[in-house]
Amino acid sequence: MSTRHSSRSRFRRVLTCPAIFLVAALLAAASSSAQDKQPPPEVGHPGGRITVALPTDPKTLNPILAVDTTSREVIGTMQADLVHINRQTQRTEPALASSWKVSPDGRKYTLGLRRDVKFSDGAPFTADDVVFTFQLYLDEALSSPQRDLLVIDNKPITVRKIDAYTVEFDLTKPYGPGERIFDSLAILPKHSLEAAYRDHKLGEIWGVSAKPEEIAGLGPFRLKSYVAGQQLLLERNPNYWRKDANGTPLPYLNELLFTVVATGDAQVIRFKSGETQILERVGADLFNQLQKENSSQAQCLYDVGPGLEFVFLLLNMNSLDATKHADIAAKQSWFRDLKFREAVSLAMDRKGMVRLVYGGRATPIWGNVSPGNKLWLSANIQHPDRSIDQAKALLKSDGFSWDANGMLLDQQKHPVTFTVIVSSSNTQRTKIATIAQDDLKQLGIDVKVVPLEFRALVDRVMNTHDYDAVLMNLVNGDVDPTPEMGLWRSSGEMHLWDMGEKTPATPWESELDKLMESQMTTTDYASRKKLYDRVQEIVAQNLPLIFLLSPDILVGAQSTVGNFQPGILDPYALWNVDEQFLRPAGATCR
Amino acid sequence: MSDRAKRNTLLSLFIVLHLVVIFPGFFSTQGYAEQARDLPFSPPTRVHFIRPDGHLSLCPFVYGWNQAALDAGGYDVDRSQIYPLRFFTTGSPYTIITGITASTHLLGVDSPGRLFLFGTDDLGRDEFSRMLYGGRISILAGWIGTAIALFTGAIVGLISGYSGRWVDSVTMRLVELFMALPWLYLLFAVRAILPLRIETTDTFILLIAVVGIIGWARPARLVRSMVLSAKERNFVLAARAMGASNFHILRKHILPQVLALLLTMAAYLIPQFILAEVTLSFLGLGIGEPVPSWGTLLAELQKYTVLVNYWWMYAPGIALVALFLIYHWASSAIQQKVGVPLT
Repeated sequence: MSTRHSSRSRFRRVLTCPAIFLVAALLAAASSSAQDKQPPPEVGHPGGRITVALPTDPKTLNPILAVDTTSREVIGTMQADLVHINRQTQRTEPALASSWKVSPDGRKYTLGLRRDVKFSDGAPFTADDVVFTFQLYLDEALSSPQRDLLVIDNKPITVRKIDAYTVEFDLTKPYGPGERIFDSLAILPKHSLEAAYRDHKLGEIWGVSAKPEEIAGLGPFRLKSYVAGQQLLLERNPNYWRKDANGTPLPYLNELLFTVVATGDAQVIRFKSGETQILERVGADLFNQLQKENSSQAQCLYDVGPGLEFVFLLLNMNSLDATKHADIAAKQSWFRDLKFREAVSLAMDRKGMVRLVYGGRATPIWGNVSPGNKLWLSANIQHPDRSIDQAKALLKSDGFSWDANGMLLDQQKHPVTFTVIVSSSNTQRTKIATIAQDDLKQLGIDVKVVPLEFRALVDRVMNTHDYDAVLMNLVNGDVDPTPEMGLWRSSGEMHLWDMGEKTPATPWESELDKLMESQMTTTDYASRKKLYDRVQEIVAQNLPLIFLLSPDILVGAQSTVGNFQPGILDPYALWNVDEQFLRPAGATCR
Repeated sequence: MSDRAKRNTLLSLFIVLHLVVIFPGFFSTQGYAEQARDLPFSPPTRVHFIRPDGHLSLCPFVYGWNQAALDAGGYDVDRSQIYPLRFFTTGSPYTIITGITASTHLLGVDSPGRLFLFGTDDLGRDEFSRMLYGGRISILAGWIGTAIALFTGAIVGLISGYSGRWVDSVTMRLVELFMALPWLYLLFAVRAILPLRIETTDTFILLIAVVGIIGWARPARLVRSMVLSAKERNFVLAARAMGASNFHILRKHILPQVLALLLTMAAYLIPQFILAEVTLSFLGLGIGEPVPSWGTLLAELQKYTVLVNYWWMYAPGIALVALFLIYHWASSAIQQKVGVPLT
């Protein structure tokens, strides 16, 4: 998918294309939940270095421009945000803003900033930096990927300085997700960026080749050195504002080293040998292998549970130019037929996919919310068991029949056959497609699987609509429903199954529109949950996407890493790197 | 072993191997796309001769799987379930040539028993059957590629060597150009400009054609050198003196001299082109799932976990080595007999 698209969408595609990201975690319910019981972080010892492998070099260290996962991961350790989401509790915590107040109408947020905070270069942090930062994010000329999050209902939010340590945000509308909007938005130093911004040179600075002293941040680490293709070394920021329970300044670590290790296999080998301390984004087969070989318990491996990614089969229901795409248009009478979609969904061996492709490290899903999202998952979604017989009965009741060879024929006696496109660089996705192909063969449907280069695939799905069906994934940026606006609203830019609808094509799509709009501007969790439950119900009943599974987040750390608390929101492992520390050898896993 | 016996052994090996691979349906134990989803990465099924009670069984048999072990994620046999091996059983249907289908398999066991001679892959598909079907694709690729390369090479070489002068100069420069092309990168480029929506089999045939077309240069040069020496032989000069046409001389006197060379060349080129197909599929540019080729089967070994845990997935690699050896022997045997140098 093009960067332009990824910045517009509030989804991120992972795995297939590590270079494409989307906007970091935002939003989730501000309400309390049952999963908050977390022990306070352990008090650690200062010193030491943690090494983490990255699959590629970061492209930039400029938070305004970074679009790829690797760059954002590194930037996350060098910069700080106003309000931060705790990846374990999924709740917000004060960061650079020590407090915030919401106006009674839910529109205005007044943030009190922390005093005596200094950037890594020693300059003081004030409200001017916050106002300047949001000016950058909202500047259309810079087309920052974060801009999209800050535009609510087509109106950009506004920021006003009240005094040196108070700022007021006007969100233009009551906004359900609330202060979660501030998570992962790095606050930047006005004193070092203003000149470049004035000269329209912001795009050229803070690249990976920048001198360490040029880059200033409020995060726990700052740049020490960078060797292209090999490693990026960060050192502790002596001006970092956080302290632990005993008053020891954080971060505990002296250095954080990112090394470039291209393949998953090589990353695992480095981790096993103790060369790297933290392993992120490991594949299921490698994770299981590590677990099998880890008899000494020197490494702690965590299956954090299903993440916010969902894999689904999408049948093309776009309105097409019948002269240009006559062959696809002919198949759309099946795709638009709910009973056909239900039969396809019934035939899918979700459990088999989880077992064979992910070695059990995934969860089958029948709706759009992954079971990892406990705050928002609806309990009313049906999980019908796989049944070829029921699927066949459904097709039969709908006028489909079978020829002498068992091939499915539609109402006009045309054989039912279509192609499924899938990203060629993702072997797991191809395997899922191969299983789905065999499942549909049992219904008498002849399916061809065509692996395509990722960008070609996205172009077909997003722009040309020249495909029958596609097997792909989406990743939510946060547990909150609001990032899904683009997907469920009929006018949304990610309304994949029928893009660019002028008016909702069906009554259920028009109901989805209303539900999504009102959940966004409702601020009370219980009412929002009720609205979003109904969204999930409609989606599960009408199957605009046929949901298959949600892979688990798998991470590992050496047992010597203290305060390692991975979560399902990106960055899974390094979100609390300021609290992480090294224990003496011989420690045991939590 | 006498030379004759050696030659016969080689020949029969050659024929048996190709028969098995050309008719994989009959020799396989099941279809290549059939998935036993409860049995991923199952080790090869052991064939037993001694019954659990210690008696010798005249008919070899296999045991069924122990369900409890399967549920726990391991593989263990259940000695109470015995499935004798049967010859000429009826199993999943297959196509011999387009339009003719059959369902008789050389070997099999009664359902619900399972016979995985070389184990299964990650989707529970029989590796032995996939290897046979994969061999058909890979060997076919070698043969088609070679046929194209030799046909083109022979014609160009004959014309170039026989006419001499500027025709010779031009074609030989062209040959040098083709020999200098990095074929792997060329294939990447060709795959990139091909339409994406064509059937995987068509992509495959196109790619092989490309391999063949690039591969004509070396045979052309060899044929040319043979023609250059042949056309100065006395019997050719005599034929020309008697007024024979160029076409007659080429066909009756020169081509027979070149045929032996072409045969040797074929035995030498086929494995090279098989390797080309394997390389392409290994890199994900060959034929698509679920149709197997040796390259796609070997591509599984790119995964570290497969490499260290499932030794039976090496089977296509071993088959490839065996096939190369046979072709190598064949090419040396022909070379010895006809005495043409290959360089």
